[in-house]
Amino acid sequence: MITLDIFGITNNGLLAVTALLTGFALVALAMWIAGLISPRSFNPQKGEAYECGIPTRGESMSQFKVGYYLFAILFLMFDVETVFLFPWAVRMRELGVQGLISIAVFFGVLVLGLIYAWRKGALEWK
Amino acid sequence: MQDFSIITDAIHSFLLTYLPGWLTVTVECVLIGVGLLLVYALLALFYIYYERKVCAAFQCRLGPNRVGPWGLLQSFADMFKILIKELIQLNNIDKFLFALAPYLVIIASMLAFAVLPWGNGLQIIDFNIGIFFLIAVSSIGVLGILLAGWSSNNKFTLIGALRSGAQMVSYELSVGLSVITMVCLAGTMSVGGIVDEQSDLWFIFKGHVPAIIAFVIYMIAGTAECNRGPFDLPEAESELTAGYHTEYSGIHFGFFYLAEYLNLFIVSGVASLLFLGGWMPLHIPGWEAFNNVMDYIPSVVWFLGKAFLLSFVIIWFKWTFPRLRIDQMLSLEWKYLLPIGLFNLALMTCVIVFGWHF
Repeated sequence: MITLDIFGITNNGLLAVTALLTGFALVALAMWIAGLISPRSFNPQKGEAYECGIPTRGESMSQFKVGYYLFAILFLMFDVETVFLFPWAVRMRELGVQGLISIAVFFGVLVLGLIYAWRKGALEWK
Repeated sequence: MQDFSIITDAIHSFLLTYLPGWLTVTVECVLIGVGLLLVYALLALFYIYYERKVCAAFQCRLGPNRVGPWGLLQSFADMFKILIKELIQLNNIDKFLFALAPYLVIIASMLAFAVLPWGNGLQIIDFNIGIFFLIAVSSIGVLGILLAGWSSNNKFTLIGALRSGAQMVSYELSVGLSVITMVCLAGTMSVGGIVDEQSDLWFIFKGHVPAIIAFVIYMIAGTAECNRGPFDLPEAESELTAGYHTEYSGIHFGFFYLAEYLNLFIVSGVASLLFLGGWMPLHIPGWEAFNNVMDYIPSVVWFLGKAFLLSFVIIWFKWTFPRLRIDQMLSLEWKYLLPIGLFNLALMTCVIVFGWHF
């Protein structure tokens, strides 16, 4: 009843590459047009970093707060979990009780991990 | 129900009569690319107009109303203006990464955009892992934002980019969890398959309580994912000038702007795909006459209608709620949405195992 492939192209990878190239072309094309029609002028002040108008102090590409890093680590843990949960979610009805029990154990370990991080204070913003 | 594959099949067979097979595929790929480009740009322009009008209505103003009828051409004029602005050459930036960042942001949103089902037979990429592919490619955008902030050699952009990284990465978990919840119900990850599963009833009605919880979580996390609304910390203009794109000028800035509005459409499009049936008309089991009438409304209208409605809700968030602090934002995700999402997944499992869904 429903056909899903546009133009009957069944190779989805080809279509994904087409979309990727389209994105690339959009930026490249717009940059090219802007380069052609936009004005150019030079002023030594213009290239300065835009920080409230006073000259920048020190190095801007510096080391930064570790708080963000902790959340990135936590994210990694849960993102891998998401990757493992997806195949189970698709085949959930077929896998039955056995699949349910094994995913419950996996899930339990992860929840314990979250509780551990919570108790350790990793979720507080300091 | 109208089927757009009739049109595409007609073009396909027309081209095949004149051209060899490989050239036909090439021409079709170019056609798809041009179509994608046009729809992408037009939709972004429409969304800029839409946001400004809705914002104006919330603030008892008229919004753009001078250029064209009802100000409809305002965003075209803005786009042209942004094209003729100077691209400022900056000192001490990492030139390669600075130029690379908009490419990543645009390509991520373009790939995610190509997965959305627009109508019956009007879908470009249909992987069997469609929704997973969508989550995967839309998270490339974070890289672009981080690179933009880092390469600009500016403290504000660095802070904005790191905030954005922490925020998008955190809220991606909740998006992923609510998607898994709905994949459990659908039993497939293919976008076309998910739409087909909802031909009798939309998932938000089908899935009992957990579907509604997943919808609410998705809408909140989706708002955070596109850096909008009460979650616009990465570009908090009162704290960070303009966040990660402070140093970008002209059309270079325009790309981030474009991608932001397209992400708004993608988030609401995915929400309508997962919960409100994508392009599927409203069907109620047993009401045959009603279902037949609903089938007469074209599927594209259904999809766009749902997407625009959900976008309206997200814009509504933006103009109603005050901005969160960074610690509030992170604790909302990690201490509320994530545990609720995990619990909701278990609840959905119970609902399916005991057959409580409709």
